[in-house]
Amino acid sequence: MNAQQTWPADDASPAYNYAYLDEQTKRMIRRALLKAVAVPGYQVPFGSREMPLARGWGTGGIQVTAAIIGPDDTLKVIDQGADDTTNAVSIRRFFEKTADARTTEATAEATIIQTRHRIPEAPLRAGQIMVYQVPQPEPLRKLEPREAETRKMHAWAEYGLMQVKLYENIARFGEVTTTYDYPVMINGRYIMAPSPIPKFDNPKMHMSPALQLFGAGREKRIYALPPHTSVRSLDFEDHPFRIQSWSAPCALCAATDSYLDEVVIDDQGARMFVCSDSHHCETRRAQGHRGTMLGDAATSGLVDPSPSAVIPGDRRETRDPFRNPTEQGSGMDPGSALRSARDDDAKVEAGAKS
Amino acid sequence: MYVAVKGGEAAILATHDLVAEARRGDAAVPEISVAQIREQQGLACARVMNEGSLYDADLAALALKQAQGDVIEAAFLMRAYRTTLPRFGSSEPIDTARMAIRRRVSATYKDLPGGQVLGPTYDYTHRLFDFALMDNESVMVGPDPTISGQDGASGANAAGDARVKPEHDAKPLDSHMPRVPDILGAEGLMEPEIAPEGDPRPFDLTREPVSFPADRDVRLQAMARGDEGFLLGLGYSVQRGFGNSHPFVGEIRVGEVSVEFVPEELGFAVDLGEITLTECQMVNQFAGSKDVPPQFTRGYGLAFGHSERKAMSMSLVDRALKCREFGEAAQYPAQQDEFVLYHSDNVEAAGFVEHLKLPHYVDFQGELELIRRIRKERAERLANETEALPEAAE
Amino acid sequence: MTTNPLIGAGFTDPVFQSQSAFRALLAALSEPGTRQVVTGGIAPPDGLHAATATALLTLADYETPIWLPPGLRDDVAGAWLRFHCGAALVSEPGLAAFAVIDGASSAPLLADFNPGNDQFPDRSTTVIVQCTGLDGDEAVTLTGPGIANSRLISPAGLRPGFWAEVAANNDAYPLGVDLLLSHGDAVFGLPRSTRIGEAI
Repeated sequence: MNAQQTWPADDASPAYNYAYLDEQTKRMIRRALLKAVAVPGYQVPFGSREMPLARGWGTGGIQVTAAIIGPDDTLKVIDQGADDTTNAVSIRRFFEKTADARTTEATAEATIIQTRHRIPEAPLRAGQIMVYQVPQPEPLRKLEPREAETRKMHAWAEYGLMQVKLYENIARFGEVTTTYDYPVMINGRYIMAPSPIPKFDNPKMHMSPALQLFGAGREKRIYALPPHTSVRSLDFEDHPFRIQSWSAPCALCAATDSYLDEVVIDDQGARMFVCSDSHHCETRRAQGHRGTMLGDAATSGLVDPSPSAVIPGDRRETRDPFRNPTEQGSGMDPGSALRSARDDDAKVEAGAKS
Repeated sequence: MYVAVKGGEAAILATHDLVAEARRGDAAVPEISVAQIREQQGLACARVMNEGSLYDADLAALALKQAQGDVIEAAFLMRAYRTTLPRFGSSEPIDTARMAIRRRVSATYKDLPGGQVLGPTYDYTHRLFDFALMDNESVMVGPDPTISGQDGASGANAAGDARVKPEHDAKPLDSHMPRVPDILGAEGLMEPEIAPEGDPRPFDLTREPVSFPADRDVRLQAMARGDEGFLLGLGYSVQRGFGNSHPFVGEIRVGEVSVEFVPEELGFAVDLGEITLTECQMVNQFAGSKDVPPQFTRGYGLAFGHSERKAMSMSLVDRALKCREFGEAAQYPAQQDEFVLYHSDNVEAAGFVEHLKLPHYVDFQGELELIRRIRKERAERLANETEALPEAAE
Repeated sequence: MTTNPLIGAGFTDPVFQSQSAFRALLAALSEPGTRQVVTGGIAPPDGLHAATATALLTLADYETPIWLPPGLRDDVAGAWLRFHCGAALVSEPGLAAFAVIDGASSAPLLADFNPGNDQFPDRSTTVIVQCTGLDGDEAVTLTGPGIANSRLISPAGLRPGFWAEVAANNDAYPLGVDLLLSHGDAVFGLPRSTRIGEAI
């Protein structure tokens, strides 16, 4: 066989289909998605394709996004809540290249949000689609490694093993020690893995107005939550489900109700806590919210204290705290908000491609 | 101070440049060509074709070049390309009985029609470095004087082309080389290979999700693209007692087989060309049952290129996975189809193992919050108990 | 591709027309009872509503056997689907991945199609029910996933006992068929998860 015959004529723009997948593959995934929304929380097996990105790096989410995206969509990609983590950047570039996708960092502007490990803090709205990257779709896998067995457990709704495991946790530690990928009961029928989001995000899934789709590429499963679907985090009457909390607000934007990442800031054990949702944090700073360490960080040139480009000069004096947030948000440049102190090359703005 | 994470895109682009530089190495050393890899690293190309599930030696060589010789990375490149290729249809089944033999050995018979054909094998090389390869080109003669018939002074042979190629007894091979299991089968001693009812088109695990228990076509297909090292380890475990198996190499054959395709509009077979294959059929003991007289059972392995270790490992595991068909207990890893199939795919396994280097700090923060709180609550509880203790003692 | 003069054209731009049609179908089944316009810019063959034909063009292929009423199967609609989708047309309802039925016709029943099995409930038939209108008849109340509180629909041209069949289909949840009610260029989705009640 002569390899040259099969190579794309112009290797700069290979002759791949729109959104990379061929149409037959998209149809197969689309059929799986329709069955998934019809049986919320049930894992539909699908003929997951080999992708040019590694298994475990979001190939399930990528296939789902590729099967649904169209020219009218605006795509946001986050990893750990941030738009500019390396793998989020890589996946966003994939869709910019293969689907000429319009992208954004603004949660409200996105029609499709592909995510790994977080749900944005801003409430989702009807018409938006969340696409979760799922490493292990089977919530029972750690209790029973054999697929042949877990499939029967789901078929017969035999979930006693899960209850026992959670209760053993409580007996040993006084509480359920699962902090992420915390199992949920969907529509009163299927136990589902919410993907490794922190349990902090579980309540956002319940009765969400957005459509939520889950893709596990390596494990070849797709599942879904239609809007307004009941999502109950498993718990016990005497040990109700509770989410993470922090004793201090975000050091940059003073948010008290967002999920915080811990950043170690010196070798003496000092640390600061900042929003994991980078767009949420920037939006709040643009609205004039100031955390206790924002001044320090700004003096060192590490963050722009107010990512808004609208107001020049002394921001504190001219800022109207009651200004319409969306109006201010529209003028901001999210890409310029945080800059690396360590690597000059990395100071280049990631830049929203919208 | 706080190190922000902006700049991901620039950093990613920089890694592409760095890896290109690393791949090229010292620019003073001439660049290796794809043709050189194809011709001189043929066994590596074969492994990439097997684990990449695509028979194309040029692309395998390119993949190895691009991946700096990382076989799994190269297989990944092959698969990501393969998945985009249009499918014109399925070839006719190949017939390995009609293979143009390069090598054929049987461990079950001293001699047999067609004879033992050793062919190119490392089996009888002593694993001593051939330093002639270090600096010389075109070393076409083996290094071992006792076998090649050359006299031994290795100093005299420092230049490879100084070695004189001995006159081998090179008789043409017999045209008829029956497969050993067929010989046993003619006597009724070998478990027959019977196609499932209706001889359906084999499952395609690259297009459809696998369910368990998996049929043999699925198992063989998964192993054909499975990691050689993983299958080797499993095959070895069977030999060491982690699997009920007593294997003999019925036959290993290596050579070229022609591939034919019947285009729908023509209705007759067209020759697409030849591929190089290695086939291993392992003969195993089987006690039989009340209904079936004792028969040998078969383990089958087939691989692209000259890939004996792969084909042999596959045939050991194939037999182990047949335990269900023979009513044997599936006690060991090599006998459990779900274990073998899910874990033999090195591209999937590598992806998932290596994904652990992606950021996980959101989840880790959840763990930190929990462990600190549990420790704090425990310390408080212990403090309360110690306070209470003296009173209790009184 | 050569076109049989008796068979009308399919999508002129398959990539984007099927993408947009799919999003309408996804919205239909994830928000049951909302009217979704399924546009594909095609002229459907006789016997199929535009939404029905577009949905099948978007979803069906050689992997998905289709059941059509015998009158359509042996006519131009059947030929059109065979040609454009490459789909096999089956006469046994239980073997179909997709089916098209006339809402007023007394057979086949929803229960005649494949409800999936307990380990693989996704293997059920998706049934497109062609009706004479998406409103105007007796109203029923829908509740369940995809519906904030409840939703009223009143599609027209459905056989007597149809809603009882839909309710029985829901009783078998998570088994059951999923329905698309189709008229003109629009559909309602009624997945098996939707509960049917009388209008209050």
